[in-house]
Amino acid sequence: MNSVSIFLGCIVPNRYPGIEKATKLVLDELGVDWADLEGASCCPAPGVFRSFDKSSWLALASRNIALSEAMESDVLTVCNGCYGSLSDANHEMKNDPKLAKETNKHLESIEMTFKGTSDVRHIVEFLSKEIGIEGIKEKVKQPLDLKVAVHYGCHLIKPSKERELDSVEKPSFFDELVEATGATSIDYADKMACCGAGGGLRSALLDKSLDIAEHKFQNITEAGADLIVNACPFCHLQLDFGQIEVKDKNGNEYNIPVLHYTQLLALALGYSQEDVGLDMNFIKAGNILEVMA
Amino acid sequence: MTIKPSQLLEDMGYSIQTCMQCGTCTGGCPSGTYTGMNTRRIVQSARRDKDVLNDDDLWMCTTCYACQERCPGGIRIVDAILALRTEAVHNGIMLPAHRKIAQAVISKGHAVPINDNAREQRKQLGLDELPANVHKFPDSLEQVKKLLESTGFVELISEEDSN
Repeated sequence: MNSVSIFLGCIVPNRYPGIEKATKLVLDELGVDWADLEGASCCPAPGVFRSFDKSSWLALASRNIALSEAMESDVLTVCNGCYGSLSDANHEMKNDPKLAKETNKHLESIEMTFKGTSDVRHIVEFLSKEIGIEGIKEKVKQPLDLKVAVHYGCHLIKPSKERELDSVEKPSFFDELVEATGATSIDYADKMACCGAGGGLRSALLDKSLDIAEHKFQNITEAGADLIVNACPFCHLQLDFGQIEVKDKNGNEYNIPVLHYTQLLALALGYSQEDVGLDMNFIKAGNILEVMA
Repeated sequence: MTIKPSQLLEDMGYSIQTCMQCGTCTGGCPSGTYTGMNTRRIVQSARRDKDVLNDDDLWMCTTCYACQERCPGGIRIVDAILALRTEAVHNGIMLPAHRKIAQAVISKGHAVPINDNAREQRKQLGLDELPANVHKFPDSLEQVKKLLESTGFVELISEEDSN
């Protein structure tokens, strides 16, 4: 297993630092050789920046990847959006010499070069492949008897041509990781539907974006889930703070706690809710561990 | 507009002319259920060279890729929508909130920069008050600014260029 440099992105360090803490605790517990990717910027966000100007999107993404190349490590993201941008950019730069040449011209202005020596990994994909279900089960100290609505998020597995991870319509690798913690992944209607945040919709057209999110809240509530577990801090923001916004907008209250997978895993590895910042969410998790006991 | 939408997308290899207008894209679109977005219509408008750059639906797409994955013709619909957005932005069409996000990246290096609340939470968690990104390394932020100058992004996003 190669060493990894953690690419934090924007939302994890700047809005939900509990996810950063959980990620680092989990990687330490699992014996992964990690370091911070120092000096990284916005990935930049795929739905908007890639839309605005491809050469700028590619240049900024390539700078982030080149920082990791200099550390001789793979990039590890904890966010589907960052994964989408960095993984797609890495793919394009490695497979299109003309694009790589043009982008490297821009990188020359800051004395950097994209070489194509690193891979981009998503933490859920990384844990699934490098540690494995059994590897995680072995480390669980506190099995979680919880009913979980798993939210994959879009850019973890799509576009599938570039990812080749699992079935797009009915994937299972993330559910298996969730169940390795002792939890049960429950089925719910339109499970693979988007949270509504991506593509700049949440940023510019919040009302529409929240209607898409509320559809998920309704289906998850009907299925009787104790909590939502996601793989993406932007989905996390939409599903957590989005419940407050939906309540303000439509008066409907759902009150479903939302955890990033690293937070769920950290709990299973014996850490407390405070250790991983669950009390910093907008929807309070209450004492889910005590309820279980 | 400098180039016709149909030509732009054909040049990029997105083959929208093969669209059968079956509507599978629209049927699977999570946004289209709650917004006026009609993916099939965007594709149709683009290949008929209608004024698709001013179509508000372009900005309703969450880029979830459901349409692209399900298209029986294998058309790269989301990639085509992103290309049309790019053409729109280069023609000065951009939503105000998106311009603000772009400006945040130019000035702070992040679409969602740190705030006082997050600084406090980081300390409570035993993390450094500033994360190890460009917030902690001013030289790195300068690199980001220089890079975005080099690609022309700073000029593209400036208010003066907007409609």
